[in-house]
This record gives sequence, C-alpha cells and structure tokens, in this order.
Amino acid sequence: MFAYIVKRLLAGFLVVTLISMMVYALFWYGPRSPAQELCRRESNNRCTPEKLERYEEALGYNNSVTSEYGKWAKGLVAGRDITVGASVIHCEAPCLGLSYRTRQPVFEEMKTRLPATISLAVGAASITLTIGVTVGVLAARRRGTFADKALVSTTLFMSSIPYYLFALLSMLYLTIVYDVFPQTGYTPLTDNPGAWFTGLLLPWLALGFYNSTSYTRFSRGAMVESLSEDYIRTARAKGLTSRVVVMRHALRAALVPVVTIFGIDFAFLLAGTIFTEKIFDIQGIGRWGLDATLIKDLPVVQATVLFGSIIIVVANIIVDIIYSILDPRVRLS
Amino acid sequence: MTVQHTMPGNAAAAGSGEPYLVVENLTVRFPTADGLVQAVTDLSYSVELGQTLGIVGESGSGKSVSSMAVLGLHDAKSSRIEGSIRLGGTEVVGLSEAKLRPLRGNAAAMIFQDALAALHPFYKVGSQLTEAYLAHHPQASKKDARRRAIEMLDRVGIPQPDRRVDDFPHQFSGGMRQRAMIAMGLINDPKLIIADEPTTALDVTVQAQILDLLQDLQREFNSAIIIITHDLGVIAEMADDVLVMYGGRAVEYGATKELLTHPEMPYTWGLLSSVPDVTADTGGRLIPIPGNPPSLLRPPKGCPFHPRCAHVDKVPANLCSTELPELLPGSRGADHLKRCHLADPDAIYRDQVLPEIAPDLVEES
Repeated sequence: MFAYIVKRLLAGFLVVTLISMMVYALFWYGPRSPAQELCRRESNNRCTPEKLERYEEALGYNNSVTSEYGKWAKGLVAGRDITVGASVIHCEAPCLGLSYRTRQPVFEEMKTRLPATISLAVGAASITLTIGVTVGVLAARRRGTFADKALVSTTLFMSSIPYYLFALLSMLYLTIVYDVFPQTGYTPLTDNPGAWFTGLLLPWLALGFYNSTSYTRFSRGAMVESLSEDYIRTARAKGLTSRVVVMRHALRAALVPVVTIFGIDFAFLLAGTIFTEKIFDIQGIGRWGLDATLIKDLPVVQATVLFGSIIIVVANIIVDIIYSILDPRVRLS
Repeated sequence: MTVQHTMPGNAAAAGSGEPYLVVENLTVRFPTADGLVQAVTDLSYSVELGQTLGIVGESGSGKSVSSMAVLGLHDAKSSRIEGSIRLGGTEVVGLSEAKLRPLRGNAAAMIFQDALAALHPFYKVGSQLTEAYLAHHPQASKKDARRRAIEMLDRVGIPQPDRRVDDFPHQFSGGMRQRAMIAMGLINDPKLIIADEPTTALDVTVQAQILDLLQDLQREFNSAIIIITHDLGVIAEMADDVLVMYGGRAVEYGATKELLTHPEMPYTWGLLSSVPDVTADTGGRLIPIPGNPPSLLRPPKGCPFHPRCAHVDKVPANLCSTELPELLPGSRGADHLKRCHLADPDAIYRDQVLPEIAPDLVEES
C-alpha cells in the first residue's frame, strides 16, 4: 500500500512538472507575446516598440524559455528575488512569481482566494451527493413506477440545460427579479459566518442541484444493479429488515462507482468553478485563472493550472485508496 | 450455550400433527409486459421434520420460484401468489413483510447456489454470519454472535474457524464458501432448510462432502430439508421423497426409491435417460429429451410435456394435446402420483424405455 502510494505520487509529480512546462511553452511560443498585452494595457493602448522591448526585458521574454522556467522552478523550491523597476522584491518559497497585473506575489493572493473556492466546492458537493444519492436510491427502489420515470426524465431535462444558463437564470430570478436569496458573494467565514453562509447559499444550491442530476441517474443505475444481485436475495432470506438490506447491503455496493466519479468531480470543483464564481461574483481560483488567462498573466495562469493539476492527481490517488477500502477484493499494488 | 428461542408457530404445528411444511395448490404468477408468466401452477407438497424432499426439473420448471415463495421472497407488487403455504402452522401466503421477516432465516432458511455471488463481497464471512444471528437474537451481544459464528463455521468443517471468521468470501475456496453459506443458513437452528442447487458449480468430491454435511446436520437437528436440483444422483443420495416438476406443475411425486425404480411419467423417464453412469455398460445410451422447456407465458394446451413426449401416440383421441392430465395415483399405490394419460406406463417403461437406457437392469429382472 505504502509503496503503491509512493509510486503514484512520483508519477503524479512527473505529470504536474510536465504540465507546468507546457504552460511556459504555450506562453513563449504563442502567437503574441504576453508582454504586448501588458504594455498595451498599461500605456493606454499606445504601446510603442520601445516600450514593448522594455516590457519584454522586464518579464524575461527575451531570455530563453528554459532559463526562465528554471528561475520559476527554483523560486518554487527555494524562493527568489524579483526585480520590479528599480526595486527588488524577495519572494519566499514556494514562490509562484509576481502577478503581471498587481505586481504582488501570486502565492499570497492564492491564499486569499482558496478559501472561497473550497467553501463553494465543499458546500456544493455536499448538496450534490446528498440529493443525488438519496433521490437515486429512492428511484431505484421504485423502479418502473411513475415516480421513477418522472424523476429520471426530470434529471435528463435538467442536465440538458447548459449550466451557465441555469446559473445565470437562477441568479437573475432568485436574487434580482424576485428577492428570494440575498446578494451572493464571498465573505470569509472567520470575518462573518452569517454573511459567508447567505452569500454562498444560492451558488451552493445552483451548483449542487445542477450536478446532482447526473448523480441521481448514476446512483439509481448502480443501485438497480446491486439490488438485483444474489447477495441481496441472501440478505432478505436471512430475515434482515428491508432498511438494512437496502442501506447496508445494496447501497454499500452501489456507492463504489459513485465514490469513484465523485472524487474526480470534487477535484474539478476545487480546481475552480469558473461559471459559478463569475456569475455569483465569488473571488475564487476559477475566476482568478479565467481573468489571468484573458490578460495573459503568466504567473497566475501557471499557479492556477499547477494547483488544479496537483488536486486532480491527488484526488485520483485518494479515490483509488478509498476504492480499496470500500471493496476488499481490490488490492493496491 | 446457544440462546434458547421458540420457533414461531412451532407449537401449533406440533399440536395439529401436520407436516412442518405444507404447500397446497400454490400458484405463482408474474405479470410482465408480455403477459402473465405462469411460473408455478397448482403445486402441492409437504415435508415432515427429519425428512428430505427433492425437487427436480429443468431450468424454468418452477423449482426455485416455488421454494422462494415459502419464505415470501417474491415482491408482492410484481407477483401474484395463490394457494396456501403453512410453515410450522403459520400461513405464509399473504403475510406482511413485517411478519415474514421473523420467519426468514429462523423458521426456514435458504442455502443458495453459487456462494460467491450469494455472499456479500464487501463483508467478512463472520460478520455476515453474525448479522444473520443478530437479526433473530436482538438480545444477544456481538461477542455471543461471534462465538456462535465461529461455532457454526467449525461445525460445517471450516479449519481454523476462529481465524477464517475474519476472512472475506473471496478468500475462501468454492467448497468453503458453500460451507459458510450452510453455516449461515443453520445459525438460527431453522426447522426447514431449503437448499437451492447447493452443489452446482462445485467439483464432484466437494459436492459429496457438502451433501454428507447436510445429511449429518439433518440427523443432528432433525430438520426438514428441501433440496432443489436437476441432478438425479443428488436426489438418489439425499431425498426421501421426490417431486418432479415440469412447466411449473408437479408431474410426478412419490418416495425416492419407488419413483426412481418405477417412474410412470415420460418426462421422468427422459430425466433418467439423460443421466450418465460411469459404471454402466458402454452399450447403455444417453438419451437427451428433445425440444425445449415450454413457454410459461403461453403454456401448451393439454399436457405441458406433450410437444416433447415420445409416447403421445399411445394415448387415444389426441388426449395429450387437448386435456391436462390430473396428478393421480397410478398402478403403484396411492403414494405415487403421476400426471400422465398413459394407460399402462409401467409396461411401457419396462418394455421400451428401460432396455434403451440400462440393458443390464432388464436382464437382472
């Protein structure tokens, strides 16, 4: 088990390193220099070739990609000094560089944005899992009835609506047109728990409810399958109550595939929910990455991509470990 | 050392002098999108304590469906059950789930085939056994239940039961899994054990061990056993009585020795003809029954076996294809029932069937 985890972590490290290299390569070999974007913005659309030259030099784009990537990687491990104009800023390890836009250390900003994304992801995922599995189990137990068919068609209808439209309409109708929910947004939990909760309530519900539709269908399918297994007949023949048969015997088996998918989905939520953060005005990782991509803010893009890839690699390992715990027949090696 | 418990309805059964299990005119039907499936029709049998009834028949003949009805395991919404099943004096047909639950695994237990699929893959063998025990002994502690589980594993011949109790089913061999299945079935001392093809998918030596074990346990606990199989060898070894089923109906019913030596129904002849015998003369032929089992959705008119029966022409006036024969005593006494129009089946069996399948037996007699 331990050897397996070490092996997977090493492979994951390799994947993350390759991804970070690819981000650098994209910026270096892309059609337009990121310096041009910055120069244009900071000189009110009057970027002269001389100015551009200065920006390129300051951001290191006239150096080779390998030496700049090397500096970035060294900063990540040991920290580094970054020259901004006349002053030199010391960036502590893990140094992810300075944002082109704010000239502030990326890692510091990440620390302020992470709680917003984590709050959003945990809340939404809890709602997704609770609604999805509960409704799925209920539908499976009433398989073939009108209620079951109605539920399945509703979830299919729901998931055929594009998420951005669903989120946008729920924001529009539930906070602006009808005053059902308070204004959304993120307030740190430690500042004001009440505001934290009310500001995130609608985003949680919108994201959680929308994602739950696929979990409903998925857990219904897994449950229908496990309810028809021979060991369920055995459990009933033993004289167990139907609650124990369904919850302890059928659901336990049905949860294995659900957990597998949930692990990966949750990682994607943590890596940033772009639409949700944008529509509901939450300053999280996803929106930060989106804004940075639009203005070609390399250090921020690199940081969000790095974070996302680490989360997904780690989630995959955790899912495999949970899988081996849930199903004793699975051995990690 | 085991906790004493009373069997529901046991006293009533003892008082009436009725066999422990009485099935009367049982009909099980399943409504489907294609129509009503007649899984079991008008089936009657009984089993006394200490006795073994063998139920034989092809796949889809209603063997398992009828025995599952004994424990009320059919979903009330998707099945229609008529007739009467009295288990230790308690009427099971129409009983609510809440009243069935205390009977299941307690008054009557089932041992299923393919223990790998029938045991839950995610739970330890021991915890599946204790779960069965605690379901009917809510006052017992977990420690008691575990001790009882180890005791049962030991009783069914699992080596080092105190260690194997913490194994998962996939860590057991096929024979050991079936033993564990039996241990789980017997953990509450049921008076009736329904073994649904308990030796299918096991190799022959293990099969023999499992059958021996069931017989030992029966002698020890004086329980009634129903053994469902399509293997006449198992029947010959285990059963006191045999019920042959075809197309959801009983087609022959009698004492094992009597029925196997003087079968009176062409389907039973067919079953006997298709049993291979290692000691037989190589001249003896293995004769399969032609055709397929009947559709339970649209059963054939008349005798359900007539489309496959080689002796239809011996019955006058096309009776076989127009009228369903009654299950009635033949020429061998009131305890041997058969469902066949043939006037003198014994003569046909002796003169035409036996020489085909066992020439050496003919010479002896």
